Amino acid sequence: MSLLFKSRQSGAQQHQIGLLQKLLMFFTSHFRQCIASFGEIIRTPLASVMTIAVLGLSITLPGTLYVLVKNLNNISADTQQAAEISVFLKQQASDADIQQLIKRIRTWPEIESLTFVSADDALEEFRRLSGFGDAVDYLDSNPLPNVLLVYPSDKFGTPATAKTLLDKLIQEREVESGKLDIEWLERLHAILAIANELVTMIALLLFIAVILIVGNTIRLNIFNKRSEILVMKLVGATDSFIQRPFLYTGFWYGFLGGIMAWITIAILLWWMSSNIEDILALYNQDFDLAGMSFSTLMSMLGISIFMGLAGSAISVSRYVSQIEPR
Amino acid sequence: MIKFEEVSKTYPGGHLALSKVNFHVAPGEMVFLTGHSGAGKSTLLKLISLMERPSVGRVYINGHDLSRITRRDVAYVRRDIGMIFQNHQLLMDKTVFDNVALPLVIEGYSRKQIYARVHAALDRVGLLHKQNNPPATLSGGEQQRVGIARAVVNRPPIILADEPTGNLDPALSLEIIRLFEAFNKAGASVFIATHDLGLIARMHYRTLTLKGGQMINDGLTETPGVQA
Repeated sequence: MSLLFKSRQSGAQQHQIGLLQKLLMFFTSHFRQCIASFGEIIRTPLASVMTIAVLGLSITLPGTLYVLVKNLNNISADTQQAAEISVFLKQQASDADIQQLIKRIRTWPEIESLTFVSADDALEEFRRLSGFGDAVDYLDSNPLPNVLLVYPSDKFGTPATAKTLLDKLIQEREVESGKLDIEWLERLHAILAIANELVTMIALLLFIAVILIVGNTIRLNIFNKRSEILVMKLVGATDSFIQRPFLYTGFWYGFLGGIMAWITIAILLWWMSSNIEDILALYNQDFDLAGMSFSTLMSMLGISIFMGLAGSAISVSRYVSQIEPR
Repeated sequence: MIKFEEVSKTYPGGHLALSKVNFHVAPGEMVFLTGHSGAGKSTLLKLISLMERPSVGRVYINGHDLSRITRRDVAYVRRDIGMIFQNHQLLMDKTVFDNVALPLVIEGYSRKQIYARVHAALDRVGLLHKQNNPPATLSGGEQQRVGIARAVVNRPPIILADEPTGNLDPALSLEIIRLFEAFNKAGASVFIATHDLGLIARMHYRTLTLKGGQMINDGLTETPGVQA
Protein backbone atom coordinates (compact mmCIF):
# COMPACT_ATOMS: atom_id res chain seq x y z
CA MET A 1 0.00 0.00 0.00
CA SER A 2 1.36 3.36 -0.97
CA LEU A 3 -0.25 6.41 0.56
CA LEU A 4 1.57 9.00 -1.49
CA PHE A 5 1.90 7.34 -4.87
CA LYS A 6 -1.37 5.86 -6.03
CA SER A 7 0.07 4.09 -9.04
CA ARG A 8 2.89 2.51 -7.06
CA GLN A 9 2.46 -1.13 -6.17
CA SER A 10 3.91 -2.85 -3.20
CA GLY A 11 4.35 -6.37 -1.87
CA ALA A 12 0.87 -7.72 -1.60
CA GLN A 13 -0.41 -5.97 -4.71
CA GLN A 14 2.32 -7.30 -6.94
CA HIS A 15 1.10 -9.59 -9.71
CA GLN A 16 -2.51 -8.91 -8.68
CA ILE A 17 -2.55 -11.52 -5.98
CA GLY A 18 -5.94 -12.85 -4.94
CA LEU A 19 -7.52 -12.54 -1.51
CA LEU A 20 -6.74 -16.16 -0.68
CA GLN A 21 -3.07 -15.73 -1.40
CA LYS A 22 -2.96 -12.45 0.52
CA LEU A 23 -4.45 -14.27 3.48
CA LEU A 24 -1.94 -17.06 3.00
CA MET A 25 0.89 -14.55 2.98
CA PHE A 26 -0.46 -12.95 6.15
CA PHE A 27 -0.32 -16.30 7.91
CA THR A 28 3.05 -17.11 6.40
CA SER A 29 4.39 -13.87 7.82
CA HIS A 30 2.89 -14.68 11.24
CA PHE A 31 4.26 -18.20 11.09
CA ARG A 32 7.73 -16.89 10.22
CA GLN A 33 7.70 -14.49 13.17
CA CYS A 34 6.31 -17.18 15.47
CA ILE A 35 9.10 -19.60 14.57
CA ALA A 36 11.68 -16.82 14.71
CA SER A 37 10.58 -15.96 18.27
CA PHE A 38 10.93 -19.62 19.25
CA GLY A 39 14.42 -19.64 17.74
CA GLU A 40 15.25 -16.55 19.78
CA ILE A 41 14.25 -18.36 22.98
CA ILE A 42 16.41 -21.35 22.03
CA ARG A 43 19.39 -19.09 21.31
CA THR A 44 19.25 -17.46 24.75
CA PRO A 45 18.60 -20.57 26.83
CA LEU A 46 19.58 -19.29 30.27
CA ALA A 47 17.48 -16.14 30.25
CA SER A 48 14.54 -17.94 28.67
CA VAL A 49 14.63 -20.88 31.06
CA MET A 50 14.55 -18.52 34.03
CA THR A 51 11.43 -16.77 32.77
CA ILE A 52 9.78 -20.03 31.79
CA ALA A 53 10.61 -21.52 35.20
CA VAL A 54 8.97 -18.56 36.95
CA LEU A 55 5.84 -19.16 34.92
CA GLY A 56 5.93 -22.93 35.37
CA LEU A 57 6.53 -22.92 39.11
CA SER A 58 3.96 -20.19 39.69
CA ILE A 59 1.35 -22.42 38.12
CA THR A 60 2.66 -25.54 39.84
CA LEU A 61 1.90 -24.32 43.35
CA PRO A 62 -1.80 -23.51 42.89
CA GLY A 63 -2.07 -26.45 40.47
CA THR A 64 -0.86 -28.96 43.05
CA LEU A 65 -3.02 -27.47 45.79
CA TYR A 66 -5.96 -27.63 43.42
CA VAL A 67 -5.40 -31.34 42.79
CA LEU A 68 -5.19 -32.07 46.52
CA VAL A 69 -8.29 -30.09 47.38
CA LYS A 70 -10.16 -31.71 44.54
CA ASN A 71 -9.20 -35.16 45.80
CA LEU A 72 -10.40 -34.36 49.31
CA ASN A 73 -13.63 -33.14 47.77
CA ASN A 74 -13.96 -36.47 46.01
CA ILE A 75 -13.60 -38.36 49.28
CA SER A 76 -16.28 -36.35 50.97
CA ALA A 77 -18.58 -36.69 47.99
CA ASP A 78 -18.19 -40.48 47.97
CA THR A 79 -18.95 -40.79 51.65
CA GLN A 80 -21.79 -38.32 51.82
CA GLN A 81 -24.58 -40.85 51.25
CA ALA A 82 -23.23 -43.94 52.98
CA ALA A 83 -23.44 -42.41 56.42
CA GLU A 84 -22.21 -44.80 59.04
CA ILE A 85 -23.26 -44.55 62.68
CA SER A 86 -20.86 -45.68 65.35
CA VAL A 87 -22.72 -46.76 68.47
CA PHE A 88 -20.47 -47.01 71.53
CA LEU A 89 -21.75 -49.51 74.11
CA LYS A 90 -21.49 -49.18 77.86
CA GLN A 91 -18.47 -50.92 79.42
CA GLN A 92 -20.70 -52.81 81.87
CA ALA A 93 -22.95 -54.26 79.15
CA SER A 94 -22.38 -58.01 79.08
CA ASP A 95 -22.03 -60.06 75.92
CA ALA A 96 -25.54 -61.40 76.41
CA ASP A 97 -26.91 -57.87 76.68
CA ILE A 98 -25.16 -56.96 73.51
CA GLN A 99 -26.50 -59.97 71.61
CA GLN A 100 -29.99 -58.99 72.85
CA LEU A 101 -29.51 -55.46 71.60
CA ILE A 102 -28.31 -56.57 68.19
CA LYS A 103 -31.24 -58.92 67.80
CA ARG A 104 -33.64 -56.15 68.80
CA ILE A 105 -32.49 -53.34 66.56
CA ARG A 106 -31.73 -55.50 63.52
CA THR A 107 -35.49 -55.62 62.91
CA TRP A 108 -35.73 -51.82 62.63
CA PRO A 109 -36.68 -50.73 59.14
CA GLU A 110 -34.20 -47.84 59.24
CA ILE A 111 -31.24 -50.18 59.45
CA GLU A 112 -29.73 -51.83 56.43
CA SER A 113 -27.10 -53.83 58.28
CA LEU A 114 -24.89 -53.69 61.35
CA THR A 115 -21.51 -54.93 62.34
CA PHE A 116 -20.29 -55.65 65.84
CA VAL A 117 -16.71 -54.66 66.55
CA SER A 118 -15.58 -55.92 69.92
CA ALA A 119 -13.23 -53.83 72.02
CA ASP A 120 -10.45 -56.37 71.43
CA ASP A 121 -10.90 -56.34 67.66
CA ALA A 122 -10.93 -52.55 67.66
CA LEU A 123 -7.68 -52.43 69.60
CA GLU A 124 -6.11 -54.93 67.22
CA GLU A 125 -7.19 -52.88 64.21
CA PHE A 126 -5.88 -49.71 65.79
CA ARG A 127 -2.55 -51.40 66.50
CA ARG A 128 -2.31 -52.48 62.87
CA LEU A 129 -3.31 -49.28 61.09
CA SER A 130 -2.42 -46.34 63.25
CA GLY A 131 1.30 -46.90 63.50
CA PHE A 132 1.06 -46.51 67.30
CA GLY A 133 1.31 -50.27 67.87
CA ASP A 134 4.11 -50.02 70.42
CA ALA A 135 2.29 -47.39 72.45
CA VAL A 136 -0.74 -49.64 72.73
CA ASP A 137 1.39 -52.29 74.47
CA TYR A 138 1.99 -49.94 77.39
CA LEU A 139 -1.70 -49.80 78.25
CA ASP A 140 -2.85 -51.82 81.27
CA SER A 141 -6.34 -52.41 79.98
CA ASN A 142 -8.17 -51.87 76.72
CA PRO A 143 -9.56 -48.34 76.77
CA LEU A 144 -11.76 -48.93 73.76
CA PRO A 145 -15.49 -49.67 74.10
CA ASN A 146 -17.43 -52.28 72.17
CA VAL A 147 -18.82 -50.71 69.07
CA LEU A 148 -21.76 -51.37 66.82
CA LEU A 149 -21.38 -50.03 63.31
CA VAL A 150 -24.85 -49.29 62.01
CA TYR A 151 -25.47 -48.69 58.34
CA PRO A 152 -28.78 -46.96 57.65
CA SER A 153 -30.84 -48.16 54.70
CA ASP A 154 -30.80 -45.93 51.62
CA LYS A 155 -34.00 -44.20 52.59
CA PHE A 156 -32.56 -43.14 55.94
CA GLY A 157 -29.07 -42.40 54.67
CA THR A 158 -29.26 -38.64 54.44
CA PRO A 159 -27.61 -36.63 57.19
CA ALA A 160 -30.93 -35.53 58.69
CA THR A 161 -32.60 -38.95 58.88
CA ALA A 162 -29.39 -40.57 60.03
CA LYS A 163 -29.35 -38.06 62.85
CA THR A 164 -32.86 -39.11 63.89
CA LEU A 165 -31.78 -42.73 63.84
CA LEU A 166 -28.79 -41.87 66.00
CA ASP A 167 -31.04 -40.20 68.58
CA LYS A 168 -33.24 -43.29 68.65
CA LEU A 169 -30.25 -45.58 69.13
CA ILE A 170 -28.95 -43.56 72.05
CA GLN A 171 -32.25 -44.20 73.87
CA GLU A 172 -31.32 -47.89 74.13
CA ARG A 173 -30.27 -49.10 77.57
CA GLU A 174 -26.92 -50.62 76.55
CA VAL A 175 -25.77 -47.63 74.54
CA GLU A 176 -23.34 -45.15 76.05
CA SER A 177 -23.15 -42.72 73.14
CA GLY A 178 -23.26 -42.58 69.38
CA LYS A 179 -21.51 -40.79 66.67
CA LEU A 180 -22.54 -40.00 63.14
CA ASP A 181 -19.57 -40.40 60.80
CA ILE A 182 -21.02 -37.58 58.81
CA GLU A 183 -19.88 -35.03 61.33
CA TRP A 184 -16.23 -35.14 60.40
CA LEU A 185 -17.32 -34.84 56.80
CA GLU A 186 -19.24 -31.69 57.57
CA ARG A 187 -16.19 -30.25 59.23
CA LEU A 188 -14.04 -31.36 56.35
CA HIS A 189 -16.41 -29.61 54.00
CA ALA A 190 -16.05 -26.37 55.88
CA ILE A 191 -12.28 -26.68 55.89
CA LEU A 192 -12.27 -27.53 52.20
CA ALA A 193 -14.29 -24.46 51.40
CA ILE A 194 -11.65 -22.34 53.09
CA ALA A 195 -8.87 -24.29 51.37
CA ASN A 196 -10.55 -23.72 48.01
CA GLU A 197 -10.67 -20.00 48.58
CA LEU A 198 -7.08 -20.00 49.76
CA VAL A 199 -5.97 -21.78 46.59
CA THR A 200 -7.85 -19.27 44.48
CA MET A 201 -6.29 -16.33 46.30
CA ILE A 202 -2.76 -17.73 46.12
CA ALA A 203 -3.28 -18.45 42.43
CA LEU A 204 -4.55 -14.94 41.73
CA LEU A 205 -1.64 -13.27 43.53
CA LEU A 206 0.90 -15.50 41.80
CA PHE A 207 -0.69 -14.89 38.42
CA ILE A 208 -0.49 -11.14 38.85
CA ALA A 209 3.16 -11.50 39.85
CA VAL A 210 3.85 -13.67 36.81
CA ILE A 211 2.25 -11.20 34.42
CA LEU A 212 4.44 -8.45 35.86
CA ILE A 213 7.57 -10.61 35.63
CA VAL A 214 6.89 -11.53 32.01
CA GLY A 215 6.12 -7.89 31.27
CA ASN A 216 9.45 -6.86 32.72
CA THR A 217 11.34 -9.54 30.78
CA ILE A 218 9.75 -8.44 27.53
CA ARG A 219 10.51 -4.82 28.40
CA LEU A 220 14.19 -5.72 28.69
CA ASN A 221 13.99 -7.63 25.40
CA ILE A 222 12.54 -4.55 23.75
CA PHE A 223 15.31 -2.31 25.10
CA ASN A 224 17.96 -4.82 24.02
CA LYS A 225 16.59 -4.62 20.49
CA ARG A 226 16.30 -0.86 20.50
CA SER A 227 18.65 -0.33 17.57
CA GLU A 228 16.95 -3.05 15.55
CA ILE A 229 13.55 -1.51 16.23
CA LEU A 230 14.84 1.91 15.14
CA VAL A 231 16.13 0.52 11.86
CA MET A 232 12.89 -1.33 11.23
CA LYS A 233 10.91 1.86 11.81
CA LEU A 234 13.21 3.74 9.42
CA VAL A 235 12.48 1.32 6.60
CA GLY A 236 8.74 1.46 7.14
CA ALA A 237 7.74 -1.18 9.68
CA THR A 238 4.43 -0.55 11.44
CA ASP A 239 4.23 -0.76 15.24
CA SER A 240 2.18 -3.92 15.04
CA PHE A 241 4.77 -5.60 12.81
CA ILE A 242 7.47 -4.79 15.36
CA GLN A 243 5.28 -5.85 18.28
CA ARG A 244 4.39 -9.25 16.90
CA PRO A 245 7.68 -11.08 17.62
CA PHE A 246 7.54 -9.93 21.24
CA LEU A 247 3.96 -11.13 21.59
CA TYR A 248 4.99 -14.47 20.15
CA THR A 249 7.85 -14.59 22.65
CA GLY A 250 5.29 -14.07 25.42
CA PHE A 251 3.17 -16.82 23.91
CA TRP A 252 6.10 -19.23 23.90
CA TYR A 253 7.02 -18.33 27.49
CA GLY A 254 3.46 -19.17 28.50
CA PHE A 255 3.29 -22.34 26.44
CA LEU A 256 6.60 -23.73 27.68
CA GLY A 257 5.84 -22.61 31.26
CA GLY A 258 2.53 -24.48 31.10
CA ILE A 259 4.23 -27.66 29.85
CA MET A 260 6.76 -27.30 32.64
CA ALA A 261 3.95 -26.98 35.19
CA TRP A 262 2.39 -30.21 33.89
CA ILE A 263 5.62 -32.08 34.37
CA THR A 264 6.33 -30.61 37.81
CA ILE A 265 2.84 -31.36 39.08
CA ALA A 266 3.03 -34.91 37.76
CA ILE A 267 6.32 -35.45 39.59
CA LEU A 268 5.02 -33.90 42.82
CA LEU A 269 1.85 -36.01 42.79
CA TRP A 270 3.81 -39.17 42.07
CA TRP A 271 6.12 -38.34 44.92
CA MET A 272 3.32 -37.62 47.38
CA SER A 273 0.86 -40.29 46.24
CA SER A 274 2.12 -43.17 48.40
CA ASN A 275 2.01 -41.03 51.54
CA ILE A 276 -1.41 -39.69 50.76
CA GLU A 277 -2.78 -43.16 50.10
CA ASP A 278 -1.40 -44.39 53.45
CA ILE A 279 -3.22 -41.63 55.29
CA LEU A 280 -6.44 -42.19 53.42
CA ALA A 281 -6.34 -45.92 54.11
CA LEU A 282 -6.82 -44.98 57.77
CA TYR A 283 -10.22 -43.66 56.83
CA ASN A 284 -11.03 -46.98 55.22
CA GLN A 285 -11.23 -45.39 51.86
CA ASP A 286 -10.49 -47.25 48.71
CA PHE A 287 -8.73 -44.42 47.12
CA ASP A 288 -6.73 -43.62 44.03
CA LEU A 289 -5.17 -40.19 43.85
CA ALA A 290 -6.89 -38.60 40.91
CA GLY A 291 -4.54 -36.67 38.65
CA MET A 292 -5.72 -33.90 36.37
CA SER A 293 -8.41 -34.27 33.77
CA PHE A 294 -7.77 -33.33 30.18
CA SER A 295 -9.83 -30.17 30.50
CA THR A 296 -7.92 -29.11 33.63
CA LEU A 297 -4.61 -29.66 31.87
CA MET A 298 -5.80 -27.64 28.90
CA SER A 299 -7.12 -24.77 31.00
CA MET A 300 -3.83 -24.74 32.91
CA LEU A 301 -1.95 -24.40 29.64
CA GLY A 302 -4.47 -21.79 28.54
CA ILE A 303 -3.96 -19.73 31.70
CA SER A 304 -0.21 -19.97 31.26
CA ILE A 305 -0.34 -18.81 27.65
CA PHE A 306 -2.71 -16.03 28.61
CA MET A 307 -0.31 -14.79 31.30
CA GLY A 308 2.63 -14.86 28.86
CA LEU A 309 0.64 -12.92 26.29
CA ALA A 310 -0.79 -10.46 28.80
CA GLY A 311 2.60 -9.63 30.29
CA SER A 312 4.06 -9.20 26.85
CA ALA A 313 1.15 -7.10 25.62
CA ILE A 314 1.49 -4.68 28.55
CA SER A 315 5.16 -3.99 27.78
CA VAL A 316 4.81 -4.01 24.02
CA SER A 317 1.97 -1.50 23.98
CA ARG A 318 3.92 0.86 26.22
CA TYR A 319 7.46 0.65 24.95
CA VAL A 320 7.48 -0.14 21.21
CA SER A 321 5.73 3.07 20.32
CA GLN A 322 8.12 5.03 22.56
CA ILE A 323 11.16 4.02 20.50
CA GLU A 324 11.17 6.46 17.60
CA PRO A 325 14.04 7.40 15.29
CA ARG A 326 15.32 10.90 15.99
CA MET B 1 7.85 15.75 -5.90
CA ILE B 2 9.09 17.32 -2.67
CA LYS B 3 7.82 20.77 -1.81
CA PHE B 4 8.46 22.95 1.26
CA GLU B 5 6.21 25.95 1.96
CA GLU B 6 7.38 28.48 4.55
CA VAL B 7 8.67 25.67 6.76
CA SER B 8 10.13 26.53 10.17
CA LYS B 9 11.24 24.11 12.82
CA THR B 10 11.87 25.06 16.42
CA TYR B 11 13.06 22.32 18.74
CA PRO B 12 11.86 22.13 22.32
CA GLY B 13 14.15 24.47 24.22
CA GLY B 14 13.91 27.18 21.59
CA HIS B 15 16.61 26.24 19.08
CA LEU B 16 15.48 27.43 15.65
CA ALA B 17 16.74 24.78 13.20
CA LEU B 18 14.92 25.88 10.04
CA SER B 19 13.40 29.25 9.25
CA LYS B 20 10.86 29.87 6.48
CA VAL B 21 12.32 27.40 4.01
CA ASN B 22 10.79 27.21 0.54
CA PHE B 23 11.82 24.95 -2.29
CA HIS B 24 10.48 22.45 -4.79
CA VAL B 25 12.20 19.38 -6.17
CA ALA B 26 10.70 18.14 -9.41
CA PRO B 27 9.99 14.43 -10.08
CA GLY B 28 13.05 12.61 -11.37
CA GLU B 29 15.40 15.40 -10.25
CA MET B 30 18.74 14.84 -8.51
CA VAL B 31 19.52 17.52 -5.93
CA PHE B 32 22.28 18.22 -3.44
CA LEU B 33 21.65 19.93 -0.13
CA THR B 34 24.64 21.56 1.47
CA GLY B 35 25.61 23.79 4.35
CA HIS B 36 27.80 23.74 7.44
CA SER B 37 27.18 21.39 10.32
CA GLY B 38 24.19 22.67 12.26
CA ALA B 39 22.80 24.57 9.27
CA GLY B 40 19.66 22.40 9.35
CA LYS B 41 20.39 19.75 6.70
CA SER B 42 19.50 16.81 8.93
CA THR B 43 16.39 18.56 10.23
CA LEU B 44 15.23 19.16 6.66
CA LEU B 45 15.66 15.48 5.79
CA LYS B 46 13.88 14.45 8.99
CA LEU B 47 10.90 16.58 8.01
CA ILE B 48 10.65 14.67 4.74
CA SER B 49 10.95 11.25 6.36
CA LEU B 50 8.52 12.27 9.14
CA MET B 51 11.03 11.76 11.93
CA GLU B 52 10.17 15.34 12.86
CA ARG B 53 7.17 17.55 12.16
CA PRO B 54 7.47 21.20 11.13
CA SER B 55 6.57 23.85 13.73
CA VAL B 56 5.19 26.12 11.02
CA GLY B 57 4.55 25.64 7.30
CA ARG B 58 3.79 22.63 5.16
CA VAL B 59 5.75 19.83 3.52
CA TYR B 60 4.29 18.10 0.46
CA ILE B 61 5.34 14.86 -1.19
CA ASN B 62 3.75 14.19 -4.57
CA GLY B 63 1.12 16.78 -3.71
CA HIS B 64 0.17 15.12 -0.39
CA ASP B 65 0.32 17.33 2.70
CA LEU B 66 2.45 15.45 5.23
CA SER B 67 0.71 17.18 8.16
CA ARG B 68 -2.32 15.04 7.33
CA ILE B 69 -0.36 11.83 7.78
CA THR B 70 -1.27 10.27 11.12
CA ARG B 71 1.22 8.53 13.36
CA ARG B 72 -0.10 5.15 12.22
CA ASP B 73 0.51 5.97 8.56
CA VAL B 74 4.07 7.21 8.97
CA ALA B 75 5.37 3.68 8.34
CA TYR B 76 3.61 3.55 4.97
CA VAL B 77 5.08 6.89 3.92
CA ARG B 78 8.57 5.66 4.74
CA ARG B 79 8.09 2.74 2.39
CA ASP B 80 8.03 5.26 -0.45
CA ILE B 81 11.30 6.83 0.68
CA GLY B 82 14.61 5.02 0.47
CA MET B 83 16.80 6.43 3.24
CA ILE B 84 20.59 6.25 3.45
CA PHE B 85 22.50 7.29 6.56
CA GLN B 86 26.05 8.33 7.29
CA ASN B 87 26.32 5.61 9.97
CA HIS B 88 24.63 3.08 7.67
CA GLN B 89 22.05 1.91 10.27
CA LEU B 90 22.64 -1.74 9.43
CA LEU B 91 21.73 -4.63 11.72
CA MET B 92 25.11 -6.02 12.70
CA ASP B 93 23.87 -9.44 13.84
CA LYS B 94 22.17 -10.19 10.51
CA THR B 95 23.73 -11.04 7.16
CA VAL B 96 23.99 -8.58 4.30
CA PHE B 97 21.17 -10.43 2.56
CA ASP B 98 18.86 -10.14 5.59
CA ASN B 99 19.63 -6.44 5.96
CA VAL B 100 18.71 -5.71 2.37
CA ALA B 101 15.65 -7.97 2.54
CA LEU B 102 14.21 -6.18 5.61
CA PRO B 103 12.00 -3.64 3.76
CA LEU B 104 10.58 -6.42 1.58
CA VAL B 105 9.88 -8.68 4.56
CA ILE B 106 8.08 -5.79 6.24
CA GLU B 107 5.95 -5.20 3.15
CA GLY B 108 5.06 -8.89 2.95
CA TYR B 109 6.70 -9.88 -0.32
CA SER B 110 6.85 -13.58 -1.12
CA ARG B 111 10.07 -15.49 -0.59
CA LYS B 112 10.67 -15.78 -4.33
CA GLN B 113 10.27 -12.06 -4.91
CA ILE B 114 12.52 -11.26 -1.97
CA TYR B 115 15.30 -13.42 -3.41
CA ALA B 116 14.98 -11.91 -6.86
CA ARG B 117 14.91 -8.30 -5.69
CA VAL B 118 17.63 -8.57 -3.07
CA HIS B 119 19.94 -10.26 -5.57
CA ALA B 120 19.21 -7.56 -8.13
CA ALA B 121 19.88 -4.78 -5.60
CA LEU B 122 23.10 -6.36 -4.32
CA ASP B 123 24.26 -6.97 -7.87
CA ARG B 124 23.64 -3.31 -8.61
CA VAL B 125 25.97 -2.19 -5.81
CA GLY B 126 28.48 -4.96 -6.60
CA LEU B 127 28.15 -6.90 -3.35
CA LEU B 128 26.35 -10.04 -4.46
CA HIS B 129 29.36 -12.16 -3.52
CA LYS B 130 29.19 -10.93 0.09
CA GLN B 131 25.49 -11.52 0.67
CA ASN B 132 26.03 -14.04 3.45
CA ASN B 133 28.61 -12.02 5.38
CA PRO B 134 27.70 -9.98 8.43
CA PRO B 135 28.08 -6.23 7.77
CA ALA B 136 30.80 -5.95 10.43
CA THR B 137 33.21 -7.84 8.16
CA LEU B 138 32.74 -5.28 5.37
CA SER B 139 34.68 -2.06 4.79
CA GLY B 140 33.04 1.33 5.35
CA GLY B 141 32.40 1.83 1.65
CA GLU B 142 30.92 -1.63 1.32
CA GLN B 143 28.66 -1.08 4.33
CA GLN B 144 27.44 2.15 2.75
CA ARG B 145 26.64 0.22 -0.43
CA VAL B 146 24.66 -2.32 1.59
CA GLY B 147 22.70 0.60 3.04
CA ILE B 148 22.07 1.88 -0.48
CA ALA B 149 20.94 -1.56 -1.67
CA ARG B 150 18.47 -1.67 1.23
CA ALA B 151 17.18 1.81 0.39
CA VAL B 152 16.48 0.98 -3.24
CA VAL B 153 15.43 -2.67 -2.95
CA ASN B 154 11.71 -1.85 -3.03
CA ARG B 155 12.24 0.73 -5.81
CA PRO B 156 11.04 3.83 -3.96
CA PRO B 157 10.24 6.97 -5.99
CA ILE B 158 12.28 9.09 -3.55
CA ILE B 159 15.80 8.44 -2.29
CA LEU B 160 17.10 10.51 0.66
CA ALA B 161 20.76 10.35 1.63
CA ASP B 162 22.23 12.01 4.72
CA GLU B 163 26.01 12.45 4.31
CA PRO B 164 26.34 9.20 2.35
CA THR B 165 30.02 9.88 1.65
CA GLY B 166 30.81 11.22 5.11
CA ASN B 167 33.52 8.73 6.04
CA LEU B 168 34.75 7.79 2.57
CA ASP B 169 37.77 8.89 0.52
CA PRO B 170 37.14 10.89 -2.69
CA ALA B 171 37.40 7.90 -5.03
CA LEU B 172 34.87 5.85 -3.04
CA SER B 173 32.65 8.92 -2.68
CA LEU B 174 32.51 9.36 -6.41
CA GLU B 175 31.64 5.69 -6.81
CA ILE B 176 28.72 6.11 -4.42
CA ILE B 177 27.49 9.23 -6.21
CA ARG B 178 27.67 7.38 -9.53
CA LEU B 179 25.31 4.79 -8.01
CA PHE B 180 22.86 7.53 -7.10
CA GLU B 181 23.10 8.86 -10.63
CA ALA B 182 22.16 5.44 -11.95
CA PHE B 183 19.08 5.26 -9.70
CA ASN B 184 18.18 8.80 -10.74
CA LYS B 185 18.36 7.79 -14.41
CA ALA B 186 16.01 4.90 -13.56
CA GLY B 187 13.43 7.49 -12.50
CA ALA B 188 13.86 8.12 -8.77
CA SER B 189 14.08 11.60 -7.27
CA VAL B 190 17.37 11.74 -5.37
CA PHE B 191 18.02 14.17 -2.52
CA ILE B 192 21.54 14.12 -1.07
CA ALA B 193 22.64 16.12 1.95
CA THR B 194 26.40 16.58 2.14
CA HIS B 195 29.00 19.10 3.27
CA ASP B 196 31.51 17.71 0.77
CA LEU B 197 31.67 20.85 -1.41
CA GLY B 198 34.46 19.48 -3.59
CA LEU B 199 32.29 16.57 -4.59
CA ILE B 200 29.37 18.86 -5.43
CA ALA B 201 31.57 21.15 -7.50
CA ARG B 202 32.57 18.25 -9.72
CA MET B 203 29.01 17.01 -10.23
CA HIS B 204 27.16 20.02 -11.68
CA TYR B 205 23.80 19.20 -10.14
CA ARG B 206 21.30 21.59 -8.65
CA THR B 207 22.46 22.50 -5.15
CA LEU B 208 20.39 23.87 -2.29
CA THR B 209 22.38 25.72 0.37
CA LEU B 210 21.33 26.15 3.98
CA LYS B 211 22.91 28.59 6.37
CA GLY B 212 21.78 29.05 9.96
CA GLY B 213 18.44 27.43 9.17
CA GLN B 214 17.71 29.65 6.18
CA MET B 215 17.84 28.63 2.55
CA ILE B 216 20.29 31.11 1.05
CA ASN B 217 20.40 29.43 -2.35
CA ASP B 218 17.84 27.08 -3.88
CA GLY B 219 20.02 26.38 -6.92
CA LEU B 220 17.56 27.85 -9.36
CA THR B 221 17.24 31.63 -9.05
CA GLU B 222 20.35 33.16 -7.61
CA THR B 223 23.20 31.27 -9.27
CA PRO B 224 21.86 29.74 -12.44
CA GLY B 225 25.39 29.53 -13.80
CA VAL B 226 26.11 26.51 -11.59
CA GLN B 227 23.62 24.44 -13.53
CA ALA B 228 25.12 22.16 -16.11
